[in-house]
Amino acid sequence: MSEFAGAIDFILHERESQTGGTQVGGQQLLPLLWDHLQLTGVSVAVAVAIAVPLALWLGHVGRGELLATSVANVGRAVPSLALIAFFVAYLGVGFTNVTLALVLLAIPPILTNTYVGVRQADRDAVDAARGMGMTGAQIVRRVELPLALPLVMGGIRTSVVNVIATATIAPLAGVATLGDPIIAAGVYGTEGRLGAAILVALLAVAAEALFALLQREVTPRGLSSTRTAKTSRRLKPA
Amino acid sequence: MIALLAQVEIRDRAAEDGCVAGNGFCPGWIADNLDRYLEPFWQHVYLSIVAVVVGFAIAFALALLAHERRWLVGPIIGITGVLYTLPSIAVFFLLQPITGRGALTALIALTAYTLLILFRNIVTGLENVPSETKDAARGIGYTDRQVLWKVELPLAMPEIIAGLRIAATTTVGLATLAFFAGAGGLGGEIFADITFKSNVVFAGGLCLALAILLDVMLLAAQRLLLPWRRAVAT
Repeated sequence: MSEFAGAIDFILHERESQTGGTQVGGQQLLPLLWDHLQLTGVSVAVAVAIAVPLALWLGHVGRGELLATSVANVGRAVPSLALIAFFVAYLGVGFTNVTLALVLLAIPPILTNTYVGVRQADRDAVDAARGMGMTGAQIVRRVELPLALPLVMGGIRTSVVNVIATATIAPLAGVATLGDPIIAAGVYGTEGRLGAAILVALLAVAAEALFALLQREVTPRGLSSTRTAKTSRRLKPA
Repeated sequence: MIALLAQVEIRDRAAEDGCVAGNGFCPGWIADNLDRYLEPFWQHVYLSIVAVVVGFAIAFALALLAHERRWLVGPIIGITGVLYTLPSIAVFFLLQPITGRGALTALIALTAYTLLILFRNIVTGLENVPSETKDAARGIGYTDRQVLWKVELPLAMPEIIAGLRIAATTTVGLATLAFFAGAGGLGGEIFADITFKSNVVFAGGLCLALAILLDVMLLAAQRLLLPWRRAVAT
């Protein structure tokens, strides 16, 4: 277990790198953590901006069911490493390219969950809204979106955890995240690698817990929470 | 500090082949280098299938246990859910001080990831069996065991196979990172030269093909096992 003790020490205190010259661990991990969070935040935000409006529209007009459901299946089958490698080989390294790859990874769960959420919105409620004279846009914004929100959040939660996991291999594409000590173990040493693995695992669990809480917060009163648990299909993060 | 891309490049840059030198997508290079992918491919197949089979055995036992003791469902989903949240790349390293490097470490992690999906689908499948059907079976004298094996499980099969399909494709994807645990697989080949298009596309394509193949095989198994239900899997 001394390895774990060494890994904790690496997280808490700076030390000289294996190659000499620079300090690694401790404070040096903060910018890596920041870049990890930034990469995750930007990727998921872009994915939300694309997937939520698209799925709301598809769900509202009741079209594209095959697209909305099969996108999740295809997304699950594409290995995250292959996706990152594909972007590196064809577009090159850098923050923008990694973000693009992570956006592609983050879209499927959000798209599918939002679509399912809208389709499952109580038809009586939608009909009532129409009877009250609401326009299509009003129905989407004031009835279907609020009713779908728990599932939308569930999709975002899945994507955030997925992206946090995959951002770990971003150093392969030239973006230094918490995965840097894992990819460049020659510099950080094996204790550094283990320390980074601990941090990434904690980060994923913390994000999962945070978004589970948010998901509960946005569930309208009267909607049972069991429904969201059952219908939100989670994709395994990388 | 950024990890250097100083990996061993598997292509010979000085090759006369202009396609390889220019880093294009080169079917010729792939045809000449098929051997390179054979062993990693079979490692990938081995990891995926063993993880799903062992995971199914565990999830099935847990589901039967929870089927009789309902209060177990929540805690089991909670625990397997936390396992499921842990990023595989982290787990592959976290296990190494305990189980060392190699296929065992990768298999422990990959198996753990199948549990949530399989357990949830088996339990849901069993729950969805109409109680009238079970009552009818009891009415004609079936014991509890017979009700389970002859009525409930066959009727739960579509959900169970749907779970196996999700678990199989997910596991093939995750096994791409198993080389970090020292277990080989196609991910190691992708990692070996991540900037070489032919390599990345072919190794990644093999992963995708394996996922699709397992999915189609499970779908075929469903049609064979459930001739009375030709409907598509949910």
